[in-house]
Amino acid sequence: MQLETELMKPATSPAIEEVVATPRMPRWRRVMRALRHRSLALGVVIVAVLTVLVIAAPLLTSIDPNAQDPMATFVPPSPEHPMGTDAFGRDLFSRVLYGGRTTMLASLTVVVLGAIFGTAIGLIAGYFGGAVGFVIMRLIDLLLAFPGILLALTVTAILGPGLSNGVIAIAVILVPIYARLVEGATREVRNLPYVEAAVTLGIGSRRIILRHILPNVMSGVVVLTTTWLGIAALWVTALGFIGLGVQPPTPEWGAILNDGQNYITLAWWITVFPGVFLSLFVIGVNLIGDGLRDELDPTIT
Amino acid sequence: MSSYVFRRLAAIVALAFGISIIVFLIIRLIPGDPVIAMLGTNAGEPALVDRLRAQLGLDLPLYVQYWRWLSALFQGDFGYSYGYQQSVMSLLEANIPATIQLTVAALALSLTFGMILGITAAVKRNRPADTLTMAVALTFMSIPSFWLGLLLILMFAVTLPWFDVVGGTSLKGLVLPAVTLALGTIGFNARFIRSSIIAAQVQKHVVTAQAKGLSRTTIFTKHVLRNALLPILTIVGLQVGQLLSGTVIVETVFSRPGIGRLLVQAILAKDYMTVQAVVLIIAIIYALTNLIVDLLYPVFDPRVASR
Repeated sequence: MQLETELMKPATSPAIEEVVATPRMPRWRRVMRALRHRSLALGVVIVAVLTVLVIAAPLLTSIDPNAQDPMATFVPPSPEHPMGTDAFGRDLFSRVLYGGRTTMLASLTVVVLGAIFGTAIGLIAGYFGGAVGFVIMRLIDLLLAFPGILLALTVTAILGPGLSNGVIAIAVILVPIYARLVEGATREVRNLPYVEAAVTLGIGSRRIILRHILPNVMSGVVVLTTTWLGIAALWVTALGFIGLGVQPPTPEWGAILNDGQNYITLAWWITVFPGVFLSLFVIGVNLIGDGLRDELDPTIT
Repeated sequence: MSSYVFRRLAAIVALAFGISIIVFLIIRLIPGDPVIAMLGTNAGEPALVDRLRAQLGLDLPLYVQYWRWLSALFQGDFGYSYGYQQSVMSLLEANIPATIQLTVAALALSLTFGMILGITAAVKRNRPADTLTMAVALTFMSIPSFWLGLLLILMFAVTLPWFDVVGGTSLKGLVLPAVTLALGTIGFNARFIRSSIIAAQVQKHVVTAQAKGLSRTTIFTKHVLRNALLPILTIVGLQVGQLLSGTVIVETVFSRPGIGRLLVQAILAKDYMTVQAVVLIIAIIYALTNLIVDLLYPVFDPRVASR
């Protein structure tokens, strides 16, 4: 008994536990780890601040973003108009805040649509495999043959310009990207013993896919979503900028930048402020994406 | 080796076939009457409407339409642009060289600076230089290219007249658009090359080289870098596509001639035959670049062909 407690003692002593639980890392690694978390935290702070700003727009400014004032065109930044006014005398501060709503919501809608449809297609192709899976995946490969924003432009050419068409067009780019990731992950999970067991027990395919496979591919989907949210924002605004996205006079960061382009030497503020907000948003989202990838998906360095 | 080449060639033929079908369907998927949509204000002229309707053969079965369209393509007939009042082929001939020039310049920039930044970060791994380089790379990836282009125009048109800001395909006019197009891929490449080097550093043959007592420089250049830079070949293939489609935005910002800007204007003008041609050209160039990369890979990495 005495011996036994003696033997037990070191094993349960807090000192040993601490060593086992947190192996002593060199200082630089601890700093890097903290930094990595700090970048995630920084991203969250940036995106949160921007989100609060655009949601609280009515509290921060009483000026209607589309209200024109012919007597106050191209007013430089001043206490009355913190970001100046544009060619129609519209208050840029108000337009940037309300425009952020459009840009951020549209970008989020793009990735959510892409994630839902892409994940569904990937699950079906990966789970059933065979001829169905083969045909689906070759179609996916075909969509991936149109690089970058080209596919979105093609869809816009068919559907015509506009915000919702632009959102659909960019979501179409994301569908094959999600589908390919989820299909691969699904095929791996599908052959695991517990899925085989569920099949043997006679559980329906729908239930197996939703209850047993989907949760296992979700972390990849989450990582992909944060990675692509930033790119989606860049593409949504790019469409707005070239005149194929949001139509005037609706404020949207890309569309405001398009407005400012013609007066760039005359009124720098129309070009600078929306771009700063947009860049900060994308940087914030990308920081979050990097942090989440480190945390959730250790296979990608 | 030859079966590898054969498989890649077969894949590209299938892909080109698929691409052609999607591009062919662009006009056929337009809601409403495509002929009326394409002619726009000219739709009031019955002679023109009839001619275009006959040319597209929209009453014929789809596969006949496709066949007619494809055989015309192989004869260099991409159709007629009613917006520009000239054949699409002559539009392409006038605009492709400028886009190729811009894409190649941007690719060169993104590889050179991506490599410099990526190698710096990997060598100084986990030190301040690494953190700083990676922060810069992330910022490069996050800045919208059209905004960067506008800022450069603002800076160089107003204050520093070093480069031509708008138009022209002169070398002076190439600098700003190329930098604008390349910035995002520079950031991406820096991150990619950094992690590629770090992955190569922990391989067993590197440990062996260290055990043999080779100098750190020799190990890095001959054993780490050679392996780490191989995946860049794949990246080049993908990036040509990214950059080509990125010209759509950069050419628009700088009012530069090229098929990217042509595509935007054609979409806005509902000039669908031009849209078809540009989408087809970009997708085919992208596919061919990836074919070349696939065929080059076994030259640099003999393991690939045996797979």
